[in-house]
Amino acid sequence: MEKTWNNKAWFMVLPVLVLVAFSAVIPLMTVVNYSVQDTFGNNEFFWNGVGWFSDVLDSDRFWEALGRNLLFSGIILAIEIPLGILIALNMPKKGFGVPVCLVLMSLPLLIPWNVVGTIWQVFGRVDIGLLGYTLAALGIPYNYVNNVFDAWLTLIVMDVWHWTSLVVLLCYAGLVSIPDAYYQAAKIDGASRWAVFRYIQLPKMKRVLLIAFLLRFMDSFMIYTEPFVITGGGPGNSTTFLSIDLVKMAIGQFDLGPAAAMSLIYFLIILLLSWIFYTVMTNSDAQN
Amino acid sequence: MLELKDITKVVGADTHIHPTNLVLERGSLNVLLGPTLSGKTSLMRLMAGLDKPTTGTISFDGKDVTGVRVQDRSVAMVYQQFINYPAMTVYENIASPMRISGKDEATIDREVRKAAELMKLTPYLERTPLNLSGGQQQRTALARAIVKNASLVLLDEPLANLDYKLREELREELPKLFAASGSIFVYATTEPQEALLLGGNTATLNEGRISQFGPTIGVYRKPTDIITAKTFADPPLNTIELTKAGNVFERQGITVLPVPEHLAGIADGPYTVAFHPHHLSLTRPHATAAPLKAKIIISEIAGSESFIHVDCAGSRWVMLEHGIHDIEPDTAIELFVDTRHLMAFGADGRAIGGSAGRGA
Repeated sequence: MEKTWNNKAWFMVLPVLVLVAFSAVIPLMTVVNYSVQDTFGNNEFFWNGVGWFSDVLDSDRFWEALGRNLLFSGIILAIEIPLGILIALNMPKKGFGVPVCLVLMSLPLLIPWNVVGTIWQVFGRVDIGLLGYTLAALGIPYNYVNNVFDAWLTLIVMDVWHWTSLVVLLCYAGLVSIPDAYYQAAKIDGASRWAVFRYIQLPKMKRVLLIAFLLRFMDSFMIYTEPFVITGGGPGNSTTFLSIDLVKMAIGQFDLGPAAAMSLIYFLIILLLSWIFYTVMTNSDAQN
Repeated sequence: MLELKDITKVVGADTHIHPTNLVLERGSLNVLLGPTLSGKTSLMRLMAGLDKPTTGTISFDGKDVTGVRVQDRSVAMVYQQFINYPAMTVYENIASPMRISGKDEATIDREVRKAAELMKLTPYLERTPLNLSGGQQQRTALARAIVKNASLVLLDEPLANLDYKLREELREELPKLFAASGSIFVYATTEPQEALLLGGNTATLNEGRISQFGPTIGVYRKPTDIITAKTFADPPLNTIELTKAGNVFERQGITVLPVPEHLAGIADGPYTVAFHPHHLSLTRPHATAAPLKAKIIISEIAGSESFIHVDCAGSRWVMLEHGIHDIEPDTAIELFVDTRHLMAFGADGRAIGGSAGRGA
């Protein structure tokens, strides 16, 4: 049969193309445009090549912020993934407890970032916050405004509180999809609780864990709102992450060129790291 | 010898198993035959020790094991789903029961290779179950059951998820595999055909009750009640409510069937008369076969056989006929009942007189 060509089909994908163009391609290209030019106002632009990129990569400010980002994501993943698995393992599999647990787990996910920031900012205040005041009354020195450790601790606790649920829900979905017969077979074999986890539950959760890991990495690497609301990047520069630095540079100092170059580098780092995680994790899957 | 004594299982308001007594001999193959939800799996779980019976005792070789945990008994089980450790290789999967029981490495290696050879898995030992076909996955599960050398082997519809050809192949091998071990072998299935092919003993189950237990062919030929006869019939058993009056079975005063010789001795009165679909035919199979008028409902062609659904004397029957018979619906036909194989059941469902002997 003759293959029929119907070019009208292209019109069908046009809306998507337009949407993607406006939401992703055009903004991205604008950023690329800024990153290779310099301006002194008056809408006059001068070609600057890779100058901004080398400036950003040469600055200590950038590398320090990147270090903070990596440290933060590392801590977040190290806490949230094991904690999420642990909670998911202990959630009820059937009965009245299931909807209750699921709703409780979903609640933090429904709260917007800035609200979470505000909640914890007030919660942790030494003068009026329940947590801050209680700790102060107990004689424990805690002040996220001027103590670097306390500021980090607050950010980490906030993120764990906000996002562990996501890991829990993903793991739980992986766990309930395991047929009961697996547990029976393990019981007949006389396998220990650890063996059941190691050889049945963990391999069966592998795919959802990969997704949880990637989502939590990308999200925590893009952290902005919480430190912005809590301390605005302080005390000092101790919680100035890449995103905060970027906004300071772009909007605070209106250095559009360096900011554009930095955001592109930032974007490429996330892309690269996600790709590495994904490849490593799916490869180890294929080898097994 | 596994002995179930007055076993019941009640979960909440549901009775899964009604009082059951069953004795299974060492080295025997026992089929649990019954439809879905008839209690096959519940009964197996009780035998294995995965569940504790609500009442009654279970003993093994005369020793009471009712409260003994499953891991402390010698039990192996294979399921309808293909259950293997997903991240382990086939080799490690087969070795897993022996590793837990602490066998030495040389023994493990020897046993794994033997079982793999038996189950034709040798080329796949280094693969994980995800990279195997369904048949190979189930062979792995079976190999795990074999190396365990358990005294009770429970197979819960192990072939149900396999394709036809593999099913036939494995079904043939299974009894041989376990025959040498001297263990008690329990095989659950929903298919009467499978029970007949496996042989051994069969217990027919229905709504949590064992209706009959004995040598498979005996249960098939001589069902003691109508539930057993229905459970053990595929396509479904044909039945009709008739009244015996002298030498005829009649319905509202109209003669339907002559009373065959083997039922001549039973008292006059109402009976449920039943026979298998292959005792109904389009041509007279035997001089004594009784002709009946019927109307075609639908004909289904299954390769070289036809399942012809008919409306006859107010009952819906199935006829299993060799060859292809594609008859239009609503066609009026004459069909023949081989009365030598009629079974008669009383109002309580028990088989009456010599009828049972003719059920085949």
